[in-house]
Parts: sequence; C-alpha cells; structure tokens
Amino acid sequence: MADTAKPKGGAARSSGSRRRTRKDTSPSLGDESPDTLLDYYRRMLLIRRFEERTAQAYTQARVGGYCHLNLGEEATVVGLMTALKETDYLFTNYRDHGYAIEKGMDPKRVMAELYGRSDGVSKGWGGSMHMYDTESRMLGGYGIVGGQLPLATGAALAVSYKGGDEVVMCQMGDGTTNIGAWHESLNIAKLWNLPIVFVVVNNFTGMGTTVEMSSAEPELYKRGAAFRIEGERVDGRDVLAVRDTAARLVERARQEQTPFLLEAWSHRQKGHSVVDPAKYRTDEQRDTARADENDPIRLFEDRLTKAGVLTDELRDEIAAAVKSEVTEAADFAENSPKPDVSTLFDYTYATPVPNESRRMPADPVFAE
Amino acid sequence: MSVITYRQALRDTLRAEMLRDENVFVIGEEIGVFEGSYKITEGLLKEFGPRRVKDTPIAEEGFVGAAIGAAMLGLRPVVELMTINFSLIAIDQIINHAAKIYGMFGGQTSVPMVIRTPGGGGQQLGATHSQNIELFYSFIPGLKVLAPSTPAEASSMLRAAIRDDDPVLFLENLGLYNSKGEVPEGYAEADNDDVATIGRAAVTREGSDITLIGYSRMAMVANQVAEKLAQEDISVEVVDLRSLRPLDRQTFVDSVKKTGAAVICEDDWLTYGIGAEIAASIQEGAFDYLDAPVRRVAMAEVPMPYAKPLETAALPSVESISTAIKETLSAVGKRVG
Repeated sequence: MADTAKPKGGAARSSGSRRRTRKDTSPSLGDESPDTLLDYYRRMLLIRRFEERTAQAYTQARVGGYCHLNLGEEATVVGLMTALKETDYLFTNYRDHGYAIEKGMDPKRVMAELYGRSDGVSKGWGGSMHMYDTESRMLGGYGIVGGQLPLATGAALAVSYKGGDEVVMCQMGDGTTNIGAWHESLNIAKLWNLPIVFVVVNNFTGMGTTVEMSSAEPELYKRGAAFRIEGERVDGRDVLAVRDTAARLVERARQEQTPFLLEAWSHRQKGHSVVDPAKYRTDEQRDTARADENDPIRLFEDRLTKAGVLTDELRDEIAAAVKSEVTEAADFAENSPKPDVSTLFDYTYATPVPNESRRMPADPVFAE
Repeated sequence: MSVITYRQALRDTLRAEMLRDENVFVIGEEIGVFEGSYKITEGLLKEFGPRRVKDTPIAEEGFVGAAIGAAMLGLRPVVELMTINFSLIAIDQIINHAAKIYGMFGGQTSVPMVIRTPGGGGQQLGATHSQNIELFYSFIPGLKVLAPSTPAEASSMLRAAIRDDDPVLFLENLGLYNSKGEVPEGYAEADNDDVATIGRAAVTREGSDITLIGYSRMAMVANQVAEKLAQEDISVEVVDLRSLRPLDRQTFVDSVKKTGAAVICEDDWLTYGIGAEIAASIQEGAFDYLDAPVRRVAMAEVPMPYAKPLETAALPSVESISTAIKETLSAVGKRVG
C-alpha cells in the first residue's frame, strides 16, 4: 500500500484539518504537452459549467428528481477517465453526470436525459442518477448505494470468462465502504482474480454523515487489506496525480488480472444534492470545502498560468467555448421531444411474452 | 416418453443448455464440489470445470449481483439460491437491479439470467427456511416468474428461462424434487427445442363442477384432489398457473366461466398472497358467472413451526382443499359433498 497524498495532520480526522495550500500538493507538470494540459483544463471546466447549468435548470424545474453534482470533483473525474481505454468499462454511483460526459457521452444527450427527454442517453427513463451508454461502455450510474459494486464485479467476471483484456472501473462514494455489497464484492473480486479497480471518491461526507462517524477505519484505501487488495490514496484535487495513479492501477489490473483499490479525496463544494443547503456543516468545514486552495480548477489554472501554458487569452477562449457547449447542450435538451406516452410499455421486457400487462391505471383488467 | 424425477429433469436440462451454449454457466453456493444442496448440479463440475460451474462464498447479494453484471456483458448465468428464503439477502440486486436495468436505461442492455431457487414448507425446517415468498418477485414488472409443477414442465420451462433475454425467477419446490413424471424423448439433448411459452397457464385436467387453481407443488396437489373427488363424482377442473409473472388470467377466467365456481390453493400466506390476485381477477373477469364466492386455501398465518403436528396443521392439504371445494359447491346448492 502506498499513501501517495495523505492529508496534513495524518488520517482523515476532520475535514477542517485538511485545509492545505496549493504548494503542499503541487507536483510538477512534468513533460506533458501544453495541448494535453489545456485539454484536461477544458474538460474539467466543462464539467464545472455543465453542473452549474444543471443546478440552474433544476431551480427552473427543467430537471426533476434527485440530482447530485460533481462540483469539486472535476479533477478526479477527468483523471480517472483519462486512465481508462475506450474499451474499458465504467460503473458509477448516482453522482454521474461528469463521468458520463468524460466516458464519451455527448453532453447534449446527458442534458437531455436530465430534462427527461427522448434524446436523453437513457431515452428519459433514467434521469440524473441513471446515465448509461452501451457504446461508450459507461454501464450505468446507480442510485442505490453499493448497488453497482456486485454488478461491476460481475462485468469483470464476464471479461475474465471471455478472456478479454478490458478492465472494469467501479466508482463509489466514501459511505459505500460500509455496506455489505462492498465486502462481498471485494472478496469475490480478489478470490476470482478479476480485472477491476474499485475507486472510492472520498469527499469526507455521506450526505451529512462524516467518514469518522461511519467508518471504524477512516483511512479508506486501507480497507482492501481484509481481502489482500492493494490500495492507494491520491489527492483528488490534482488531475495529473489522479491520472497517473489510476493509470498505474488500471494497467496493473489488466496485466496481473487482479483487483485494486484507489481512494481519491477532494471536497464537495455544495450540498449532497442540489436541494441540500448543507446546514449541518460547521463554518470551518464549509469554508474548507469551498476554499480556492481546494478547488481543483483554480489549482490547475494557477499551475498552468505559472508554467506559462495558460494565458489570459487562452483562458477566455476556453471559457467561451465551454460556455457555448453548455448552452448548446441546454438548448438541445430544451428542444428535444418529451417521450411519447405510447412508448410506456416498450422497455419492460427484452423478450416479449404473452400476457404482459399493458393496462393504463384506470383501465379494467379485462378489456372487452 | 420416459419417467424421471423433477430433480433429474432440471439437472439434465441444465446440462443440455450448457452443452448448447458456451455462454451459459452456473453459479451459486455449494453447486460445484458439493454438487448442489439438492443435487441439481450433480456431475456438472466434473464435466464442465470451474470456469462454468462457479462455487461462491456465502454472499448472496454479491454473487447474484455478479451474475447480473455478467449477464449485462452477454453471458447467460444460471444462479442457484439454496432456498428462496436466502433470496432476501439478495433482494436489492434482484429487484433494484436485475428487474430495472433493461427499462431504467431505456432498453439498452438486457439481463439474460435465471435464478433457480426452491420454496416449500413441510420439511420441518422452521420459520426462516419454510417460506414461500415468490409473491415478492411476482409483484415486480421487469421480472418473469416461473413455477413448474411437473418434470416435463421443469425441463421445458427451464429451457425457456435460460434462452429468454430477461431475468427469470425460476421457482422450484423441495416437495417436488422427488416427484416423478413423463418427459418427452430427447429432453436431455442439447439441440432439443421443447421450449415452453413463458406467460401461459394450462388446464391440466378438465372438469365441469368447479375450477381448482394452483402452481408449483400446489398444482400437483390440486391434481391429487381432483383425482380423489372424481371418485365421489365431483368433476374438478385444474388450472396450473405455471407463470406467476406474466399472469395468464384469461385461462383461469375462461375455466371459471365454464364451471361457475373456483377454489385457489396456495403454499403462501392468504393475506395479500398470490391467491388474492387470482380471486380479484376472477371477480373482475367472471363476475356474472360466479355461483359462489371464490375460496382460498392457504397457509395459516404464523411463522412456520418446527414441530410436525403444528407444521402439518399450518399447511394446505388434500383434505383441506377437498373440504373447501365441497363447502363451495354446497353453498350454491350445486352439490353437497
């Protein structure tokens, strides 16, 4: 196990102790090309602006249901997805908009799904928590905490069964490490030598319950030890660190046909979902979560600017391009047709069988 | 035609489907080295090896969910849950995942999997191992629930379940494993195409006085009741539901329209049970044809006791069903038993 980016003050004791300056965590930009660095920056900014637009659409009642945003986790999302090949599979929890876009879904169709329209990635059947696209191999955001872990493990079993060389990545939040499916899935993955990387996105809070309140071992990357699964922790605010650590574990899973565990920590800038004002946070916790030095986009912007990669002109140019892409997505969603009620019974079963009910609520059971 | 047990019909059909399709594999507790708690998977590990006969840890949520994930990538897992009671540990994966994935993602990925599991009381297994909770799964759109009652049905319906692209809860019964019946020649061959139609009930015995409706073990008991009452000159028509979801209402409603009376026998509890849905359907579909209220014979509403006299008293029997039939017929003056 390697603790590559342990927050100051030892383990995760309280989010307030995790206030850090940029200097503490800033590895060099290495010999990465400016184009690549600017591409990461643009993608992170796209998630930020997309989520802000989503929150706005929610307040306008364009988006309904539960809605959880990736604000503050942009570097983690981009870093993780950069580590995967196109052919690799992804399962996530319900905080999935950024992952959907990053794994290859068109932001227009992701926004249309949020709007519940027929051009949505799941044709308006899933909503915010259930982004899915067979082609880009994002096999679902899942709304039940821990529900995706057995599924992702089974997908890795299928890869292994067929002798494929794909890897499955299974993303989850910190609270998931206490549910039964976590223990069962990690055990099975290791027993059966499956090519899967479990990724815990630790924002220190499951809704309002802190990691310390819920986890007897709050250093989550260590919790694979019971299954002899190697774990690492990475600073989830640093896109390059996330990318490098994730890429190493993904390739090891592919080569060694065995599971790994990665914990990426960062701060949740807003509440658990768009309707949560997060009043349970202390002032210090709130300030920490929203501090510039914990904002992955600000951090990266500073680094790129200091390195001379990002100029004022470029920043304005990227901001404008991202803004227009998000506006285009919202316009597309707004103009996408609502699903026709005649399609209500289209997706109950893949194999049609006799006596499937197609009764509308007030219909009699036996139509004359 | 040959006569074999329900157990052998399942085992041979499972083997035939594994021979037919490389993507079919079996997964569950004690199914490999131990050859199955009820020996349905006997010999399969030796023949097919550990890749296709996957022994699991005691982790129902984990391995049922893993089967779902494998099905999403195109495999066709056949899960064995040791008893339906243990499905409660996997119920989130079955109801929130297997049943939802096709619809919730707009039809992008099907989940072609089978969960085989026995229910059934009467084995002195006590309160937690004797429940019949198929109702929970029959309630859920997106699942298909099959409940064969004979070796021939066990074979043709298991074949249908494995070849179907949806998640199928395949209900077996501890009290049926040793029951015998005829199966067609070649039922164990890989190229057999004796595939049942999911979603169809069957009239398994024609009669004119009353309709008796059951499924799984109770469909077998219903035929025993009909046989016994025939000697008393009561003509009972038996409907075997076979498929609990989708439910073939038309078949039993048509039967009730013919006979004018109905008794339902079920191995689950009466209140909110499968029989409640059948009775409601009969009143809606055959209201003008009914000569008497629909009667239900079901388990006594207690946690199942261990002691034999108490357990026996709690379960429907040939005698209790016969009594309900006679009382129903006598209530309308049609016949006094």
